[in-house]
Amino acid sequence: MTVDIEASLTAGRSFWRRGATVRGAITFLVGSLVLAACGSASAGNSTAPTATPSPVCTGTVAPPNYTNGLATVPGQAKTLSGAGSTFVAPMLSVWAAAYATDGNVQVAYQSIGSGAGVAQIQANTVNFGDSDAFMTDSDIAKAKGPIVQIPLVQAPVVVVYNLPGIPSGLKFDGNTLGKIFSGGITSWNDPAITALNPGVTLPNTPIAVVHRSDGSGTTDIFTDFLTKESPAWVTALGGATTSVGKTVAWPVGIGGKGSEGVSALVGQTSGAIGYVELDYALSQKITYGNVKNKTGAFIQPCEQTAANATVGITSYPADLRVDIVDQSTNPEAYPITGLTWALIYQNQTNAATAAALVNFFSWVLTKGQALTGSVYYTPLGPTLQALCIGQLKKITLNGTPVAS
Amino acid sequence: MPPPAGVSGGITATRTLPLPLKRGRPRVADRVFGSGVAIAGAIVLVVIGAMIIFLVLEGLPAMQHYGFFSFITASRWAPSDAFPNVSHPNPYGILQFIYGTMLTSIIGMLIAVPLAVGAALVITDVAPQRVKGPLSALVDLLAAVPSVVYGFWGIFALIPAIKPVVDFLTTTLGTVPVIGIAFQGPFFGVSYFTAGLVLAIMVLPIIAAVCREVFRSTPRNEKEAALALGATRWETIRIAVLPRSRSGIVGAALLGLGRALGETIAVTMVIGNAVLHINPSIFSQGATMSSVIANEFTEATEPFHLSALFVVGFWLLIVALIVNILARLIVRRGVAL
Repeated sequence: MTVDIEASLTAGRSFWRRGATVRGAITFLVGSLVLAACGSASAGNSTAPTATPSPVCTGTVAPPNYTNGLATVPGQAKTLSGAGSTFVAPMLSVWAAAYATDGNVQVAYQSIGSGAGVAQIQANTVNFGDSDAFMTDSDIAKAKGPIVQIPLVQAPVVVVYNLPGIPSGLKFDGNTLGKIFSGGITSWNDPAITALNPGVTLPNTPIAVVHRSDGSGTTDIFTDFLTKESPAWVTALGGATTSVGKTVAWPVGIGGKGSEGVSALVGQTSGAIGYVELDYALSQKITYGNVKNKTGAFIQPCEQTAANATVGITSYPADLRVDIVDQSTNPEAYPITGLTWALIYQNQTNAATAAALVNFFSWVLTKGQALTGSVYYTPLGPTLQALCIGQLKKITLNGTPVAS
Repeated sequence: MPPPAGVSGGITATRTLPLPLKRGRPRVADRVFGSGVAIAGAIVLVVIGAMIIFLVLEGLPAMQHYGFFSFITASRWAPSDAFPNVSHPNPYGILQFIYGTMLTSIIGMLIAVPLAVGAALVITDVAPQRVKGPLSALVDLLAAVPSVVYGFWGIFALIPAIKPVVDFLTTTLGTVPVIGIAFQGPFFGVSYFTAGLVLAIMVLPIIAAVCREVFRSTPRNEKEAALALGATRWETIRIAVLPRSRSGIVGAALLGLGRALGETIAVTMVIGNAVLHINPSIFSQGATMSSVIANEFTEATEPFHLSALFVVGFWLLIVALIVNILARLIVRRGVAL
């Protein structure tokens, strides 16, 4: 039974991500189903985001043109296996498809969650793992050797809501979100929310909190932000050690399985609020809010504002285990922006696999960064990107560096 | 040695037997058949035994750490509060999941059994002859709908349809003292009640299909006798059909209950997956034993988390066994009645 579920969910995940045409068709299909089911209840679902976008989010971004890739290592394997984060899965499937022709290597990635990705690399059953929360020292101690952790891409986690008649752009700050998600604020016309949104008439609708029911890197990034910004959240969750993580003890709300589950529930439930990676909100046409950053500005999440999240950061730790959530002092930085890390054994024992790993991730960090826009992810900034290439050089084959 | 007279006589007398009992061949075939069946039976037993042993072994670390009964006496599930060196209180309480499993199944059965019995009676005794066939086939078709489709339908069609009704109930029943706590709002669509409704629709065809066969097997003579005595159609059903079918109906309901208790994906989609504690209102969110396993096993990385999920699986098996045994007892009494 469980195998069936997992297979169908994984199939569902990749299905959502096969490109705009499929997504359009799905949205249409779901939309017409809802219309067929009952006309009146579809109001929330059909409300397209109509708010004026923030100036920084309009226009197109020129994709980065990184050329500092490593020289191709000869004698590479024809296949690579990876497993982990669902947050990065849409991006990795785009990379894998492009790299199959560009690099002539088949990359098979299992989208099974960050925790499972860490477990698989610890057991050495895949060539690389991926997690949205970097491996801690105790995680690495359980692995079969030192691990190189390489950030691959950044992306915003957005606050989505379903309030018929109210478009995207509702303003939130960290403490208000903390109170909403811990059950301290239960109605949409609560003074704390109306004070942030002068001129918007908020209904007296009960708030339906929607969160992830499975362990999730998205949850890790979101609760990291709440923990930094909201004392009310930390108190309600019993302290800063238990208020952040891939799973937390949600005091209220509805659990949805996967980002698909959360966006479906928010789309269906009038008065709902949830959090998903930006792509889910855009592809399923769910309204989403602006969030107050460190400089006090309310920022719309988009590729540009997510890119700004690393702009103020100049020094990174040598192992690149860095927390970028709510760190930037850039006035146009979206605060709930996170990274995802590739996890690779520093010392490889198979020459062909080592060559394929270095070649693939060198490609991901250079040419691959230009493909991020197609799925609304944000490329790494130049400082971080250069450091990531440096990490790649640390990979050895039986003690000798793989890259020349 | 010549074959015994009785056997050969029997064969020559009735040529229609498919396999003539010749000497030699049947012995080999018998042996192959006997050992084949024995192996098949043994495999089933070994698989079930291995599964139970596996569940217990995998759950053992958590059971040893927190204590065997601490899981079913606590009702707070908070894996993020688990630490390797703290064993009290148990952050993996599962009482709320047992409650969720039982509550959704009970709601499902309360709705499904009367409807299924009615539907089966329509097929066997009430509907005109030319409608019976298609109706019967439709019921069988319903049983073949995959559960994920029921969940999908539950979210997109059922919830919007029942929302106004439930909103009315929460503002009326929900305000009644004492019992109101079981019907309190706000209702966000996903809830124990919604899961129960979806379960009812899922188990309905199973129960109806079995009941149909049960009602079909009631003796025609008795029905005709009742009709001949001037009984109406309802009286005939009450006198001749239902009493004969009591244990059959219970058996059908148990088949349905078995599916309801273990149903995972459809329930996970519409129950709301609130794992932290028991919510008293049937219109609020909850979780069942199978839904929490489905949701959490892929990223169960907290200390004892995965092991605790195996404990949930173990107790799900125990609950299912207890329900099954109780059911068998009821059926046996039903036969005696």
